[in-house]
Amino acid sequence: MNVIETRELGKRYGKTWALRDCTLALPAGHLAALVGPNGAGKSTLMNMVVGLTVPTEGTAAVLDGQPAGSPAALNGVAFVAQDAPVYKNLSSADMLHLTANLNQRFDRSFAKARLADLGIPLKKKAGKLSGGQQAQLALTLALARKPRLLILDEPLASLDPIARQDFLSAVLTAMADDGVSVLLSSHQVAELERVADYLIVLSRAQLQVAGEVDDLLACHRVLTGPAAEAQEYATRLTVVQTRRGETQAHLLARTSGPADPVPPGWESHPVSLEELVMAYLRSPGVSEPTAFARVQRATSKEATR
Amino acid sequence: MSVLTLPAQPGQDTAPRPLPWRRMAWVTWRQQRATLISVPAVLGAVAVFLVIFGLKVHHDYAAIVKCPLVGSVQNESGACQQLFSRFNATDWPLGNTCAILMALAPVLIGAFAGGPLLARELETGTYRYAWTQGLGRERQVIAKLALVGITLAVVTGAFGELFAWFFQPFLYTEELNVLTDTVFSARGLVFPAFTLVAFAIGAFFGMLLRRIVPAMAATLGVYLAVRLAAWGVRKYYPVAVVTSNSKIFSQFQTPSLPGFPWILTTWVTGPGGKPASPSVANRILNGPGPSPGASVPAGYTEWNRWIPLSHYWPMQFIEAGWLLVIAVALFAATVSLVRRRAA
Repeated sequence: MNVIETRELGKRYGKTWALRDCTLALPAGHLAALVGPNGAGKSTLMNMVVGLTVPTEGTAAVLDGQPAGSPAALNGVAFVAQDAPVYKNLSSADMLHLTANLNQRFDRSFAKARLADLGIPLKKKAGKLSGGQQAQLALTLALARKPRLLILDEPLASLDPIARQDFLSAVLTAMADDGVSVLLSSHQVAELERVADYLIVLSRAQLQVAGEVDDLLACHRVLTGPAAEAQEYATRLTVVQTRRGETQAHLLARTSGPADPVPPGWESHPVSLEELVMAYLRSPGVSEPTAFARVQRATSKEATR
Repeated sequence: MSVLTLPAQPGQDTAPRPLPWRRMAWVTWRQQRATLISVPAVLGAVAVFLVIFGLKVHHDYAAIVKCPLVGSVQNESGACQQLFSRFNATDWPLGNTCAILMALAPVLIGAFAGGPLLARELETGTYRYAWTQGLGRERQVIAKLALVGITLAVVTGAFGELFAWFFQPFLYTEELNVLTDTVFSARGLVFPAFTLVAFAIGAFFGMLLRRIVPAMAATLGVYLAVRLAAWGVRKYYPVAVVTSNSKIFSQFQTPSLPGFPWILTTWVTGPGGKPASPSVANRILNGPGPSPGASVPAGYTEWNRWIPLSHYWPMQFIEAGWLLVIAVALFAATVSLVRRRAA
């Protein structure tokens, strides 16, 4: 099952494309990190997936083909927008009651217990809570809806390191307890390295690469060899990024795996997730994400069988 | 993996049941509490004042009514004339102020209740919370427009009736009538209809401009245009009658409908029904005579196209009708905007 499926999805504001030609299939059960610099189209993609924004072209579906924004989709998808918007003049208790009334499914006792655990007072106005508490309140309200897909737009940006830890562990607990799939956007890669098992890289309104982290790390290698031969070698591979020294060249390339034969005089090293992301962000448009996503989808289907 | 992602109760997600209106009403109440409390509260406070002041006005007026021939030459130095002067000097200025405030009330209520209705959600970003909940944004917005709209219509409708009672004595003393613009649009069905239109304009521009202050400014401008249009087209409502001049006076000064009917056009015909020459017509129309009609020479008839005051209710229905059509069209446009361009 795919929790998110987009087909040639695009959104144009005036003459500028915020996102274009995005074909993506996110299987269930992952904590997927959506990374990219500011203005890459992360929020646009998320807004279209939750049905807030109507696409200029293409389609977006969630939870096995439910059109984004349809009643079934709204029912099963919880979204915490950037800066965790809550009604500042309502108390936590009122926010809780409000969310319960806006949804068919809402686990009040779970929400109350969680807010008590976090030490968030029910009587206090949401606007008077700290940034971290507001984020936790918004997350609690989203989790209490018992969604099958949780979408979090830059949830960590306004949090201090301890609050980030708490927030991420809350998300991981929900994944373990309720089997919720998570899509989380961030422009900080390092933080997600430990938790995300699926990666989606956006840059300049284009999808650069998407896939399971383990697969991506396995099939991307840093190849180091004589600079003179780099050009010739590169034509046979999908090279994401090339760094040339005077004698040596470093190619970050997509291979068929660690066992891929390397020409004499060349060395093959594994890449770190951060290196991989940086390479795709520095040289956008190098890959064919659509084709790659299809391959990924095929392999993940095989894996489930 | 797939086992983990199954929902707790599988059947639940396939056919979402609609949420009951009662819950939506609670949500609207909670989100629009400020509007839903403050508008009735302010109008309620003014109503108390109108009742107290209105009792005084009616009391003063009752004293004047007891005098014969108000304002006639015979009574100029009498006690009755003093009563009348005092009424004009003390009661009328405040009554007039109230009439002016009544003209402003719909647009003030509309701008403050309608402008921020959706613009606040868009300005503070809470729409990203509210419109991604299971209820869906369209039904939330429809519930808001309906609940706030109905509340405003009911409250201003009742208030208009109170104002009509309060203002009634001034119709006799200030030579006004129920068709005078300031009176006609501050009572009956037209007053709540104007309020509803202003509210609809505010909500629509709030969604269109996505900012509270510009939306309120746009509401003032567009409402003024609607108000002027209403004032302009009122005389074309198909309720006017054409009669000879003398018929008008049979309606003059009926106790329930004070004031002179609304005369739209006047012309004179000579013997044989032909139009009179301008000089004759002028002489007849501007001629002297204490009782109108007597000055018209034999064979000539003065004709009028006029609206009897008894046609007040048909006119109210026509005006409230087209105002309501505009309001509903604006509500529909607002919902359509919400559907198409949330972000």
